[in-house]
Amino acid sequence: MSTAHVLLGLLAGGPRHGYDLKRAHDERLPQAKPLAYGQVYATLGRLERDGFVEQSGQEQDGGPERTSYALTELGRKRLDTWLTEVEPPAPHVTSTLFNKVVVALLAADADRARQYLTAQRAAHMTRMRELTGVKSTPGTTVGDVIAADYALGHLDADLRWLQTTLARVAELQKEVTTP
Amino acid sequence: MTAHLLTATGVQKNYGPTQALRGVDFSIAAGEIVAVTGPSGCGKSTLLHCLAGLLRVDGGEVRYRDQDIGLWSEAARSRLRRSDFGVLFQFGQLVPELTAAENVGLPLLLAGSGRREAREAAIGWLDRFGVADLADKRPGAMSGGQQQRCAAARALVTEPQVVFADEPTGALDQLSGEQVLGAMVQVVREQGAAVVLVTHEATIAAYADREIVLRDGAVDPTGLGVAP
Repeated sequence: MSTAHVLLGLLAGGPRHGYDLKRAHDERLPQAKPLAYGQVYATLGRLERDGFVEQSGQEQDGGPERTSYALTELGRKRLDTWLTEVEPPAPHVTSTLFNKVVVALLAADADRARQYLTAQRAAHMTRMRELTGVKSTPGTTVGDVIAADYALGHLDADLRWLQTTLARVAELQKEVTTP
Repeated sequence: MTAHLLTATGVQKNYGPTQALRGVDFSIAAGEIVAVTGPSGCGKSTLLHCLAGLLRVDGGEVRYRDQDIGLWSEAARSRLRRSDFGVLFQFGQLVPELTAAENVGLPLLLAGSGRREAREAAIGWLDRFGVADLADKRPGAMSGGQQQRCAAARALVTEPQVVFADEPTGALDQLSGEQVLGAMVQVVREQGAAVVLVTHEATIAAYADREIVLRDGAVDPTGLGVAP
């Protein structure tokens, strides 16, 4: 799911071929599992089938012939929608959140990344209020309180991460957009 | 439209050349709990002090029940704090020489109640915070969490309309902090009091109905409280 969006984000700057996409993915998201070539081509195939990318040319640079892919208008819209959606506030979603921040920087700019972080923070706080409400409701079982504590602790960690990430967006943008 | 009990408009506060608040708008309705959050030095405690009438604003206004309290004399604001406002700080508010019941009953004595009446009310409030058994103990013989429960009981004993709580759990471990705040939220919900809750902890802010985030003395619309 997220890999497809990351590829769309990488294509936002202009057409690239599969090898280039794999390299850019591994470089920009060093915490993620490196992409296998098979996965890149399979994902591009699905994106092309759904009309989000299209073949934009062949390239032969001394080696084998490579197909370049470009983002379509539909693909750009899909990417835009993904960047607007907040992730369901559940524990351990930081890798998806991180991907979204990087893609926002690649496909748009620091403001876009900040808008996303702001919306995500609001969603996290709403969920934390709900969980705190569960804990404060008379008759809640100790088991439910302990489960809420677990989720609250992790959402709180996500929130701290969101805040420090926002402070580092400008720096990250330099890193991400440096060829 | 909800009628606001307390509103601040364009509040400014300076400490010498430093602008602690640069035009903050804030409002709270009866029975509402609002968290004021943000990083250290963002002005959240200063805002609480201005709202509670403990500090005079340098610009803008603070209105309680539609009256500009900045125009009131110090004596009038002091009376307002005794009758309509309750204040709870991080620590060190209990008088060490007095017992828990005497500490909690103190605001009632100052308001003219008799000793027996004040003691009975104090024990009732200590009971609501689960510490009635400590009524005759002095603060030195209590844990931090027990002291904060007594301080919360004292902040509520006059049945204020607005409680101002400045990092009320800041000196406590997480579980004690949650127990104090959980008890306080339950009591103020029953009471219908509004609470201005200053905290830098998201887990504490989550007890509130909503929050405002300050950054560099102004409301931060992103809610993230950090410089872009």
